[in-house]
Amino acid sequence: MYKYDEYDQAIVDARVGEFRDQVNRRISGEMSEDQFKPLRLMNGLYLQLHAYMLRVAVPYGTMDARQMHMLATIARKYDKGYGHFTTRQNIQYNWIKLDQAPDILAELATVEMHAIQTSGNCIRNISSDQFAGAAADEVEDPRPWAELLRQWSTFHPEFSYLPRKFKIAVIGAEEDRAAVKLHDIGLQLYRNDAGEVGFRLFAGGGMGRTPMIAPVIREWLPKGDLLSYVESCLRVYNRYGRRDNMYKARIKILVHEIGAAEYARQVEEEWAHVKTLGLDPPASEFERIAGYFAPPAYDADLPDTVDRTDPDFTLWIDQNVSAHKQPGYAVVTISLKPAEGIPGDASADQIDLMADLADKYGHDELRVTHAQNIVLPHVRKRDLHTIWQALEGAGLATPNLDLISDIIACPGLDYCSLANARSIPLAQKIAGRFADLDRQRDVGELKLKISGCINACGHHHAGHIGILGVDRKGEENYQLSFGGSAAEDTSLAKIIGPGFNEDGVVDAVEKAVETYRGLRTEGERFLDTYRRVGLAPFKEAIYG
Amino acid sequence: MGELLRYREDERHEEPAVTLDAFLGQTNATAVRLESDEDARALIPHLGQLALVEVSFPKFRDGRGFSAARILREAGFTGELRAQGDVLVDQIPLMRRCGFDAFAPEAAIDLDALERALGRYDDVYQKAADARTPVWRRRHG
Ligand code: SF4
Repeated sequence: MYKYDEYDQAIVDARVGEFRDQVNRRISGEMSEDQFKPLRLMNGLYLQLHAYMLRVAVPYGTMDARQMHMLATIARKYDKGYGHFTTRQNIQYNWIKLDQAPDILAELATVEMHAIQTSGNCIRNISSDQFAGAAADEVEDPRPWAELLRQWSTFHPEFSYLPRKFKIAVIGAEEDRAAVKLHDIGLQLYRNDAGEVGFRLFAGGGMGRTPMIAPVIREWLPKGDLLSYVESCLRVYNRYGRRDNMYKARIKILVHEIGAAEYARQVEEEWAHVKTLGLDPPASEFERIAGYFAPPAYDADLPDTVDRTDPDFTLWIDQNVSAHKQPGYAVVTISLKPAEGIPGDASADQIDLMADLADKYGHDELRVTHAQNIVLPHVRKRDLHTIWQALEGAGLATPNLDLISDIIACPGLDYCSLANARSIPLAQKIAGRFADLDRQRDVGELKLKISGCINACGHHHAGHIGILGVDRKGEENYQLSFGGSAAEDTSLAKIIGPGFNEDGVVDAVEKAVETYRGLRTEGERFLDTYRRVGLAPFKEAIYG
Repeated sequence: MGELLRYREDERHEEPAVTLDAFLGQTNATAVRLESDEDARALIPHLGQLALVEVSFPKFRDGRGFSAARILREAGFTGELRAQGDVLVDQIPLMRRCGFDAFAPEAAIDLDALERALGRYDDVYQKAADARTPVWRRRHG
């Protein structure tokens, strides 16, 4: 894992002082709320329905136990004892007081953490594959590149007042666990025919009210040119992205309006000039960063088998444990989606417990996933049972990874000032309807995603089943859509017909699932069946 | 109207800035004003005759001028580069990095806050249009 040197630490420490100064100027009235807003936003501080919300960055979702413990401390000291892990692999706290925000940043800085650029019209926290460094299908660990991008984008002088927010994801595997094509820029490391590793660059993807899948802008980008090329992509966007309408200001609209080929042409033209400016750090800097991501010291000759005599344990293994590239090791995903729970929420005690497990059994590493779960990326198979028992005791062993109750839901009307409808209670109702785990397992992989408004923070466009809360004559109403995917087979879900009230949408989901069960062939997931047979039989079952 | 802040040694340029259209149509002006939707590259053939480029910030959220400044500096412009309009204290350090060396903010700037902001960070992560050395270069000597 990356460790700050004196430069990184000095920058984060200075940021605390800067934000304290800004907050003081706001509290004294020297600065108006309008002027303060972009400054606090650039530091992840939002004014929500009931209080300030603070979003803390977890760069590319990677943390160590000490950092995770600090997140628990903050939940206890400054919030109501909870934290909420987000689809951006970050954590947010919903009950923050403005005058305490600088103190929280000061505490975070002691463990090499911050809230820099977790919102605002700037380059946001870089996201990545939660299985990076552990996945068997990986060409190269993407995290050193994500760290390089983190540093480059931090307080970028030219790109802090972009038309709109800007999200970058990096992966290093064929299987896409980070939804790269739904990002403003998506980067995929791959090996070409000559055996070299470089990037494929996508740009112009995104969700929100106009979802779009990013086209390839450059099929092959040598690694050493990454920063100057991305700089060129951003410069074209900063100059020509729309600023007349905030709903049309994301890069996806620019790329769509002028076309991918024309955008690529402009970027290439810009790059011909930008790459001569010496913006790319030398290979030695990349190697310095990559050194921090060396594989942990694995034990050799560990047993590669697991005792499957305990049925509950076995259930959890089969659902929540994934293959690791190292024999004798496994990847554990801790579900933050217990029945009746709030998707992505964890109590301070649970956060501490996960940190302890990482410390004791997981080479001191944790990851946050974009599906709002927590991963222990490197655990010995022989420790799985002990880990499971500890999780079980803390309500963290729900064996539902990628099942219908592993729902992504945005905060919705319970917290968010932009919401049209509640997301969390609906997620709970759907999970409740499918409470029977055998039934969930029978249904198999089904990614259900809920957003409380058109901004799509709950990724409903990318759900196998997506639900969007809308306001219909003052009533909460839910639109149902099918067929989205955030994986390597990226697709956007389509609305199936008129919306429903809360109970109606739960019924409709159940009917859709039953229709799928009746139509599926061997090995087909809900998404596969839907893609094969189309909407008609589902529509018939739901509206017929 | 805030006062003009200048980070240059030379004398203040007195000739009023003309619009880009006017400048491109008459060849003897030495000061030009660039609106936020105008292409800074149009000035590149004429940089030698320009003593001042004023870049407009109609709203502080409109960040196009940051790119305009860098483009002009990258093309070798050494005259005064002035940010005019809705320019806020906390933006000035970033603007300095993009190559601006003069500021004509619409509202008065708290000079103490500005001094604190400008001295805040000893180090920067990226190479830009100013002379500051990025951290990666310091790390590798
Ligand atoms: S999707 Fe809408 S309701 Fe949900 S968090 Fe985003 S802005 Fe709020």
